[in-house]
Amino acid sequence: MCGAVEGGVSLAGVNLAKEAVIQGRVLRGGEPVGTAYVRLLDRTGEFTAEVPTSPEGEFRFFAADGAWTLRTLAPQADVVDTPVTAAVGTIAEVTISI
Amino acid sequence: MSRDTALVSTQWVEDNLDNPAIVVIEVDEDTTSYDRGHIRNAIKLDWTTDLQDQVRRDFVNKEQFEALMSARGVGNDHTVVLYGGNNNWFAAYAYWYFKLYGHQDVKLVDGGRKKWELDSRELTADVPTRATTSYVAQDQDLSLRAFRDEVVSVLGKQNLVDVRSPDEYAGRLMAPAHLPQEQAQRAGHIPTASNVPWSKAANDDGTFRSDAELLELYTEAGVDWDKDTIAYCRIGERSSHTWFVLKELLEQPNVKNYDGSWTEYGSLVGVPVALGDEPGEL
Repeated sequence: MCGAVEGGVSLAGVNLAKEAVIQGRVLRGGEPVGTAYVRLLDRTGEFTAEVPTSPEGEFRFFAADGAWTLRTLAPQADVVDTPVTAAVGTIAEVTISI
Repeated sequence: MSRDTALVSTQWVEDNLDNPAIVVIEVDEDTTSYDRGHIRNAIKLDWTTDLQDQVRRDFVNKEQFEALMSARGVGNDHTVVLYGGNNNWFAAYAYWYFKLYGHQDVKLVDGGRKKWELDSRELTADVPTRATTSYVAQDQDLSLRAFRDEVVSVLGKQNLVDVRSPDEYAGRLMAPAHLPQEQAQRAGHIPTASNVPWSKAANDDGTFRSDAELLELYTEAGVDWDKDTIAYCRIGERSSHTWFVLKELLEQPNVKNYDGSWTEYGSLVGVPVALGDEPGEL
């Protein structure tokens, strides 16, 4: 399936040695934002994927080696772009404040 | 069809929530999304259980679709208004599906669920009850749907538009990046296909770009407007979004969605595959 579940797909059963995971949380004033959308843009700025955040403000992507940008949209907030570097076999943790 | 008849705004939906002539339907890739909150009076279709055959890889047949619509209270005369998450991927897929079975009046909510949420409009957990109907579907309109043999036979003769992200097209990713990447099929794309990611047709809030911007987008990508077009992605939902743009917004006469898409083509034995950022040759 192609489901963009809130917060991202669970890591249960995923072979992390073969994935370049980017994950994190979206916060406003230190509180989690469960109504945000996080987009993953590639090195050219082109859209690659998007997930709605979980009630805990979480998101997760399975990318590839290289430079990426996280673009965060939320009600009553400016768009926030956050650069991140991913590598297969690692989890890149990102906290985004809006 | 045109932008005026195929697309409605979130404000139009809010103004028509109690209009008995319309049925608002949420179709999400995350099939639990509706259950946590939805537009008031909207019903839900689950693309995995309601719209897919549960044994073969195919859609429900005409009789099953008739039974589904009848049970959910959708009549032939209703205006079906579709919205969903993830920039309307699955709502556009459902739109195409309704057209496949001949439903006359179908509309897509511009921006879908994301636009509705970013507008801070109301969502409710209340599930409406609807009176059953006696829905009559048409035979599938196969002028809208491409199968693998046709795709292979038109290589180099028609426009093929691969609407996946550039990294999937080039073979650097196997699936959209919100999903784990380990997949069974080969990576790459169908040779000669242009890469016009579906996302280039939409703004960040999920609404469609203007007709002029859309025309320029596909023209620059090499789409020959004198030729027929087949769109594909990984499993046929994102390409429904592009099918909607080409067929319903830009009113191109012969546009098909190849719902088998890369999960089928990339698993075929003996067909040509191209790697990298260029369309490639046969």
